[in-house]
Amino acid sequence: MHKLVTTALMWAVIAPWATISVAAEPDAALQQLRQDMAALRADYEARLQRLEQRLQAAEAVRAASVLSAPAPVLALPAMTAPTSAVSAPAPALPLSAAPPLNANAFNPAMSLILSGTYLHRSRLKGSAGVSGFRLPADADIGPGERGFNLGETELGLAASVDPAWRGATSLALHGDNSVSVEEAWVQTTALGGGVSIKLGRALSGIGTLNAQHAHTWDFIDNPLAYQALLGTQVRDDGLQLRWLAPLDQYLELGAELGRGLGFPAGNNSRNGAGQWALMGHTGGDVGDSHSWRAGLSVLNARAADLALQAQGASDSSVIDSFTGRTRVWVVDAVWKWAPNGNATRTNFKLQGEWLRSTRQGRLTASEAADGPTAPTTTAAATGWYLQGIYQFMPGWRVGLRSERLVPAAFDAAALGVGGLRPSKQTLVLEHNASEFSRLRLQIAQDRSRWGAAETQIGLQYQMSLGAHAAHGF
Amino acid sequence: MSFKLSPRRWRDAPTSMAAIAVIAAIAALMVLLAPPAQAALRVLACEPEWGALAQVLGGAAVEVSVATNALQDPHQIQAKPSLIARTRNADLLVCTGAELEIGWLPLLLQAAPAKLQPGQPGHFMAADFVRKLDVPGQLDRAQGDVHAAGNPHIQTDPRRIAQVAAALSARLQQIDPAQAAVYAKAHAEFAQRWQQALLKWSAQAAPLKGLPVVSQHKAFVYLFDWLGLVEVAVLEPKPGVEPSASHLQSVLAGLKATPARMVLHAAYQDGRPAEWLSRQTGLPVVKLPFTVGGSDGAKDLFGLFDDTLARLLAAAAKP
Repeated sequence: MHKLVTTALMWAVIAPWATISVAAEPDAALQQLRQDMAALRADYEARLQRLEQRLQAAEAVRAASVLSAPAPVLALPAMTAPTSAVSAPAPALPLSAAPPLNANAFNPAMSLILSGTYLHRSRLKGSAGVSGFRLPADADIGPGERGFNLGETELGLAASVDPAWRGATSLALHGDNSVSVEEAWVQTTALGGGVSIKLGRALSGIGTLNAQHAHTWDFIDNPLAYQALLGTQVRDDGLQLRWLAPLDQYLELGAELGRGLGFPAGNNSRNGAGQWALMGHTGGDVGDSHSWRAGLSVLNARAADLALQAQGASDSSVIDSFTGRTRVWVVDAVWKWAPNGNATRTNFKLQGEWLRSTRQGRLTASEAADGPTAPTTTAAATGWYLQGIYQFMPGWRVGLRSERLVPAAFDAAALGVGGLRPSKQTLVLEHNASEFSRLRLQIAQDRSRWGAAETQIGLQYQMSLGAHAAHGF
Repeated sequence: MSFKLSPRRWRDAPTSMAAIAVIAAIAALMVLLAPPAQAALRVLACEPEWGALAQVLGGAAVEVSVATNALQDPHQIQAKPSLIARTRNADLLVCTGAELEIGWLPLLLQAAPAKLQPGQPGHFMAADFVRKLDVPGQLDRAQGDVHAAGNPHIQTDPRRIAQVAAALSARLQQIDPAQAAVYAKAHAEFAQRWQQALLKWSAQAAPLKGLPVVSQHKAFVYLFDWLGLVEVAVLEPKPGVEPSASHLQSVLAGLKATPARMVLHAAYQDGRPAEWLSRQTGLPVVKLPFTVGGSDGAKDLFGLFDDTLARLLAAAAKP
């Protein structure tokens, strides 16, 4: 028994040495062992890699499913390619920082536009207005006040309401300490089929310029055609419907119904709609360097007892009351060029619109409101503008606008300005030190009022702060 | 019983008829132009690098369209009509994110279907899946066009592209489960090839480690992070602000104290400031493709880094 234990112990002590000595004897055995070990290690590494990859895939799927339910069924085995491994591990969840946990976290995006002008006008006499056109007395017409002026301070707020709606407002704080609601609307975001509906006060989508806020215009003022035929800009309280066709070619159709807040409508209190508009726009690219957009729109506005003021050949003005409807057709087109589509260095934009307004209804002299009913009359006026803006080096742009109006024969005769074709030539130089600031010098020769031409020199600054502005077309 | 229509009603009738006709025409158009049943998943990539990646990972199962080309400044794109139309018809949007497209993507999304809106699977922002550099501690536009989420030019680091590829493949599999196996296989193949290429590039790039360079825009921080290049000066005084004469002079003065070996600019940028500095200092100008299509060599993602490294190594070899 003792002998057995001793032998076992001896073997236990000797065995390792023995194995080594035995293995050392033929070199091939050691080699075999090494190979076995290497194979084992490789096998384990491969398995580890496969496990790591499955983990990554699972995490990625989890990340995706966290972003939106339901989680899809994934073909995991396909992900277990044995030899591929990416040195940097793919993170499971988006690495965005957690939003701050406070009550302000849901505050809307806020932006503020600050602007101001200095305007020099050569003609001392003569008020605002365009000769041969009847416009409301309070319409925002003409180049503006002489001297230093604070422009509109526009405060914008925008955010998602819930998954189905987003909302935005822009409030204009005017230099005379008054406030106006420029826009205040909610818009659907999830209707699908390319359809969206906007409710509230919004700029109309007719033409090109109408939908653009004043701080995105290329000149200090709007073209004469917009001033005289649309009262500078059409905005309305109501609803707007847009449909973007499911085509590779851009085609957007729109319809609007509203109260008829301002000229050419009469801010009517009535059942139904005081104003409607239809519009269609299409556009696309020609190669990498050119893109374009063109459209046709029609606006139909009703007015009841709308006071319209007109400038005659003399400085005295005539006030009439208008009841009827005005229909305005707008044809608009924009063409843009930038080498290879890179507008950062140089680019060119050519934009033009043609408007025709037909006013049909009764025009009554204000003093004779109780007099006999005036006959129904029709007055058709047209106007167009064409402007080109060229960025000749980063931050610097130069532009030229040419425009002309043809007053309605009926009005021209009634106001004694027959033969007048109001026109204006405007030259602008602009410096944008960054995307957020703009300084502008504008020189215009204005022949829109009876009498001698007027030279206008304007200087303007426009700055935006807060939320990043959008680059519209 | 008879109806009496007032004269006023009669006068309005043509207008109402016209309105009804227009609405009927629109409705008819909507039916006619209903989206055709399409087999391929339509991917709209904001930048060429993500278009190339989506094509590699999607293969025949996707139809990729790219919103911009390599010679365009991705910060300064306008929401032009063709982009609005393409976004409306896309199934998946693959963009950089980190506010790179902040000036134009929100406008494109206004008319886009719900599945592409932020938070939805169809809204894939690559920068969400990588660690970002240059995250500003303070947000003030006095610092230039800073991005709150960090520097968005992540595509200059192939390691980060690998991370985005894994996430994008998972997203493709989620959106289009019927083709999940195809996407998974394509990713496995891509990841393997990419890993091999990474090893090759890392070996090639060894001589670049620690080399001091000047860049025109802070567009290459991720490239520097990968290769160990050291950015000693930037030609733009602030991000997104054009290089001014006075700032270039101060860069020139600074280079006397801390010399650099080369001046880098991206293909889409105006090379004149870099060339001016080159004339003053004799430093070689390196025009990097920056994204797929930025140079003749950068035909795909592999070519992008092959060409980037070749250009850097050629400049580094100059005395």
